[in-house]
Amino acid sequence: MVKLSVRDLRITYGEGPSEKVALSGVNLDIHEHEIFGIIGPANSGKTSFLRAINRMDEFTLGMDVRGSVKLDGTEVRDWANVYALRRRIGVVFPLPVGLPMSVYDNVALSPRLRGVRKRSVLDEKVEQCLTRAALWDEVKDRLGTLGSLLSGGQQQRLTIARALSQEPDLLLLDEFSIAVDPVTTMRIEDVLVDLKQDMTIVLVTNLVQQARRLADRTAFFLMGECVEIAETEELFTGEVKDPRTRDYVDGRFG
Amino acid sequence: MFGPTARTVQDQLVERRVRVGLGLVTAVLVLPVVLILGVLVVKGGPMISMEFLFSDPTNGMTEGGIFPALIGTVWLVGFALLFSVPVGIAAALYLSEYAPDNWVTRAINLAIINLAGVPSIVHALFGLGAFVLFAGFGTSILAASLTLAVMTLPVVIVATRESLQAVPMEFREACWSMGATRWQTIWRIVLPNSITGILTGVILEVSRTAGETAPIMFTGAAFFLPFLPESVWDQTMAMSLHLFVVSTQVPDVPEALPYGVALVMILMVLTMNALSIGFRMWLRGRRKW
Amino acid sequence: MAAPSPARPGARDLAWAGDKLAQGVIFLGGISGILLVIGIFVFVSREGLGFVSNGLDLREFLTSPAWRPTSNHPTFGALALMAGTASVTGLAMLVSVPLSLGAAIFIGEFAKGRTRELLKVLIEMLAAIPSVVWGFIGLTMMNELIIDVFNVPVGLNVLNAGIILGLMAAPIMTTIAEDALKAVPDGYRQAAEAMGATRWQVIWRVVIPAAKNGLVAAVLLGVGRGFGETMAVLMASGHSINIPTSPFDSVRALTATIAAELGETAVGSEHYQALFFLGIFLFVVTFAINLTADLVVRGIKNG
Repeated sequence: MVKLSVRDLRITYGEGPSEKVALSGVNLDIHEHEIFGIIGPANSGKTSFLRAINRMDEFTLGMDVRGSVKLDGTEVRDWANVYALRRRIGVVFPLPVGLPMSVYDNVALSPRLRGVRKRSVLDEKVEQCLTRAALWDEVKDRLGTLGSLLSGGQQQRLTIARALSQEPDLLLLDEFSIAVDPVTTMRIEDVLVDLKQDMTIVLVTNLVQQARRLADRTAFFLMGECVEIAETEELFTGEVKDPRTRDYVDGRFG
Repeated sequence: MFGPTARTVQDQLVERRVRVGLGLVTAVLVLPVVLILGVLVVKGGPMISMEFLFSDPTNGMTEGGIFPALIGTVWLVGFALLFSVPVGIAAALYLSEYAPDNWVTRAINLAIINLAGVPSIVHALFGLGAFVLFAGFGTSILAASLTLAVMTLPVVIVATRESLQAVPMEFREACWSMGATRWQTIWRIVLPNSITGILTGVILEVSRTAGETAPIMFTGAAFFLPFLPESVWDQTMAMSLHLFVVSTQVPDVPEALPYGVALVMILMVLTMNALSIGFRMWLRGRRKW
Repeated sequence: MAAPSPARPGARDLAWAGDKLAQGVIFLGGISGILLVIGIFVFVSREGLGFVSNGLDLREFLTSPAWRPTSNHPTFGALALMAGTASVTGLAMLVSVPLSLGAAIFIGEFAKGRTRELLKVLIEMLAAIPSVVWGFIGLTMMNELIIDVFNVPVGLNVLNAGIILGLMAAPIMTTIAEDALKAVPDGYRQAAEAMGATRWQVIWRVVIPAAKNGLVAAVLLGVGRGFGETMAVLMASGHSINIPTSPFDSVRALTATIAAELGETAVGSEHYQALFFLGIFLFVVTFAINLTADLVVRGIKNG
């Protein structure tokens, strides 16, 4: 089953002579229950791609998205309520953003936004999400501390727990390991593999080997172009259609 | 041999003179604050007593206290805040959270600069024309408070906008990406994290509002009215106008009386300012991010 | 959460509606500034424009010093009032421009740590003193001081009001000028220092030229402050109609005239309308000053 289908996607910033094309001519399908990796050097349009999926462009000055993005066969742009769309899509940012509220409130925020007030329901939800994000044991005794005071690795797991509290069926991760130590990175990677049963994951990563470890299929973005999409193992060991892909995964640039 | 050249010695001399000169200039600018405060305390200090603060003026305002003026100022400032704080916060929210980069936004910014620059007496004329006459409020606390609110609105807007913009963008983006609406994000993330900064601005506004005279002269403040106001439709005395009246309009006022009034006023205003400054410094020390 | 039916993906809910409502209310607050500025112009004009159709003799208004609104044959010459405002504002600028620019350079470029903080707090206190208290100081302390120092009979004059107004306008000028200096990138300073320039040479040749627009705007806003100040000028200037020939002449300002006379006029009378007409004049001039300052800050003056 195709979860996300992207056709002729073109993303630009600014207008007129100062217009910058971030991404163009992207066509790809992401299947249900797969981890779809996106690799590529900085400024390749990876983050812009993620922002187009949950319609963040509408809250970003100057960002313009053309083409088609379908989630479960419906055009995301046709959703009358953009917020309902975003509630189904979890996002994890490169730098962990622990909101300046307690650990508990961070995770309870999403249910509360939907009107859940009952303490017992919230308690259960918080514990469940923190456990799945492999953070519960570390914070269960200090749920009242500020989320922004946790360590970088803990904050990043907190943001994953927060994303899980949305009960998303699509999870977007944007270079989540950039500010996280290797041990935590491994723990989060285990979490992701586990989450795959319940949701589809798009993993933008700066680490080629991370894509190799986790992704079922991987796309290579370069300077606003989707150069190649392949089964991950193919990309690393088999024939590639474009020599630039080989150069990048072998670490010759990037 | 390799000592400083005549040129660099000369440069250093100039440097030192400039530094001392500018330091002196700065001292000349701030010295009046100290002097004024000193004289007011020496000449007005003996006036201050519980009786002065809590009794009515008597004998044609040449004796007695300032109680009705003090209470009147509290009424005026209170109602002015009631109008200006919600409007000011809304305006700041618009500029910080919504405003696109277009001509409307530029016009709003220009209007705020102008609102802050319009002479206080023109605000008084506006208050008289719009609130007293056109709206039919008459000379009343309501009309005077509205006039004060319009006049001090820019203070709230500017201070609030600054503290809203100090909340990092990532917090908003994280919240939006969870499906929170703009308003939910403002309510749950932006406002709670800027409320102390907003309060600082409000305190500053209180101090400005309490000192204004011209805007209330023709809209609701009375020269002499030894009763406490009972509703917003009443006129009232006010500290600022009282100082003007006892120092220029009333004959045979003992010299110390206006000094006493001025001292109470300036203490009121400076306390508010000190609160606001202290608050700001305290804030700087406990940012959550 | 169950997937919404494909027919109507993402139905609009309460949160969506609440957001729209909040956006509307906030937008109203946003444009309140514009509405109020327009409102001020409209309401002041509404009361004052009658003067234009009835009594206004523009030539008399601009060239006659005779402001005699209450005589049997009232004349409304505003020349002396304008001269009063101009002389007081001019002297105030002589006082405050050097003081506040000097203080801005000292605080922004030389002072450090606690001294800097203390100076900023003192400047803020200077700004906090209400205008009626300034007027009282002019009426008492400054008056006595001028009588003693210059051996003149009366100390309520251009000099008195000018000094008071200069001190009142200085804080905003200092703050804005300091902001302008702060906005000059540190790279400029470091580049000049690397070439062996002293700190003062850097400030004089690099920082001040780079901050020129901001400094000009600071002065303009100070002029606007002085021009529009009411109570302090009313109390410190002597309030007598004069075209001043020396700083020791008493004068009367446009703003002070309104404050002093409005209470005694009947609503709708010619005098009343004339005072509102002065108000329109004040509004237009300050508007122009603020607009210019804004344009200068953005550096749009030469396209």
